[in-house]
Amino acid sequence: MMLQATDLAFGYGRVKIGQGVTLSVDRGEVLCLLGPNGCGKTTLFKTLLGLLPRQGGHLELNGKDISTFSRAQFARHIAYVPQATGAYFPFSVFDVVLMGRASRIDTFASPTRADRAITQEALAALGIGHLATRPFTDISGGEKQMTLIARALAQEPELIVMDEPTASLDFGNQARVLSRISSFAGSGMAVVISTHDPSHAFACASRVALMQSGALVAIGKPADVLTPQLLRALYGVGVAVAYLEQAGRHVCTPTLNERNAP
Amino acid sequence: MQQQPKAQHAGPIAIGALAGLLVAVILVAILTGKYPVMPGDIFAVVVAKLSGGESGVAPTIETVIWNVRLPRVCAGILVGASLAAAGAVYQGLFRNPLVSPDILGVSAGASFGAVVGIFLSLSVLAIQGLAFAGGLAAVAIVYAIGSIVRERDPILVLVLAGVAIGALLGACVSLLKVLADPYNQLPAITFWLLGSLASINRADLGSILPAVLVALLPMVLLRWRMNLMTLDDEEARALGVETRWIRIVIVAAATLMTAAAVSTSGIIGWIGLLVPHVARMFVGPDFSRLLPTSMLIGAAYMVGVDTLARSIAAIEVPLGILAAAIGAPFFLYLLLTTRRGWQ
Repeated sequence: MMLQATDLAFGYGRVKIGQGVTLSVDRGEVLCLLGPNGCGKTTLFKTLLGLLPRQGGHLELNGKDISTFSRAQFARHIAYVPQATGAYFPFSVFDVVLMGRASRIDTFASPTRADRAITQEALAALGIGHLATRPFTDISGGEKQMTLIARALAQEPELIVMDEPTASLDFGNQARVLSRISSFAGSGMAVVISTHDPSHAFACASRVALMQSGALVAIGKPADVLTPQLLRALYGVGVAVAYLEQAGRHVCTPTLNERNAP
Repeated sequence: MQQQPKAQHAGPIAIGALAGLLVAVILVAILTGKYPVMPGDIFAVVVAKLSGGESGVAPTIETVIWNVRLPRVCAGILVGASLAAAGAVYQGLFRNPLVSPDILGVSAGASFGAVVGIFLSLSVLAIQGLAFAGGLAAVAIVYAIGSIVRERDPILVLVLAGVAIGALLGACVSLLKVLADPYNQLPAITFWLLGSLASINRADLGSILPAVLVALLPMVLLRWRMNLMTLDDEEARALGVETRWIRIVIVAAATLMTAAAVSTSGIIGWIGLLVPHVARMFVGPDFSRLLPTSMLIGAAYMVGVDTLARSIAAIEVPLGILAAAIGAPFFLYLLLTTRRGWQ
């Protein structure tokens, strides 16, 4: 297992947000985390990324405790795509993606020609080469998300952690991001994402974990975990799950009508 | 082969043009004053002094150039470049274009140190030393408070601690002004707080220059890392940046620079806030271009304003007044005419 969390407890300072989380992710896998607002998804992610100290349990990357990694060593393995980033200065999209190279550039050094070439490739892989010279502060939300994913790609990681990558994107951009996620897994990377839409989990996840009040209530294959019963227990609303032949996969939708609820 | 941001190419041109502007301002500054100096005299005197030969220029003029105007111009360059560099660093580090080098209390600490020195009627050297120590101490206290408070955005805690310590020191300065002798000490305090390069001599340069160079070194070495420091703290760490120690090094460097500058010149506001904005308009936010551009503009602006300060009226106009009186309208003009004014 690439990233393995065992009986993990996490939170801010002395405040405990969650505990008993055991999960793992390996190459070529997409693990999708679902759970209501405030259940601790972002806190768990920050703990998995070593940005918050864990409060208990074990957390290993490639069999070694993550506290033995420096920030740069860690970042060469795991990339993070945050939710809407705070951009304060008008760096060009190229310069933002170039920042993904930080863990592979010495503290006192500047990017080389090779770093710029990799940056260019990452832009091309996400189909945003034409944005390279635009200020990051001026582009649309969807373009920003693509830029941040390109930055993670420029990091050349084995695992990408994405916090709600489809949040605040329009319908088309959501689909584009989901298909990128699938292609990353296809190329051998591991991906961990959180989302609010169970259909997105069906679209790209190889495994799904459901989280409630800081604990995992279910983890397994999408078809086993994303059932109307479990989703109703998770979100407190009726959910219909059906196979949609035209799409070739299952979709979920709230029933909005308690009589039809399972 | 690669498509790259436009500013990448604009950088060297802008920096070259600004270096030319700085040289022009320096020449005008040395030629301006009560004793008329010919452009050829400057060259002759500098060559003669450096080689130990005879300049062939009248001794009075030689003294005016070598002992009066040249040290003052050099001080202007150092002070202006330092305040601008510190401002550029802090605006990036605090992710806010409204930040000036004073944000962590360095100017408040330096003011307090200098005012204590004047109040106790100490020598000029002791006043400078107290100002320098006061500036460093104020930032050290702010940083210590910031590192006690964990679990919150470290940047926000630092800024709030800086505001509080600044207010406290400001109150102490006001108290000393009330207690000071109104005929000798109070004018000296007021004059110091408004900034001036009138009393600069060559020895002062020897004490500012090493501090500025030492502080500049980490800024230059960390120039690319500084770009990443403008991201949210967690984002930068996830990218592999040890934000904590880089922040300590950068804050220490900017504080050293600012303290060295204001301890000799007094408080000169506005440059550290205004100049990085103007520089960013020329070359964009990439720190490897922003730093040299800010320093060139800061130096040229300071030397230019100082030349005006000593030539537009019978008495010397305090620099702080002139820097703001020229800078603020110019800033508003930029704000009204450029789309990227805030950034």
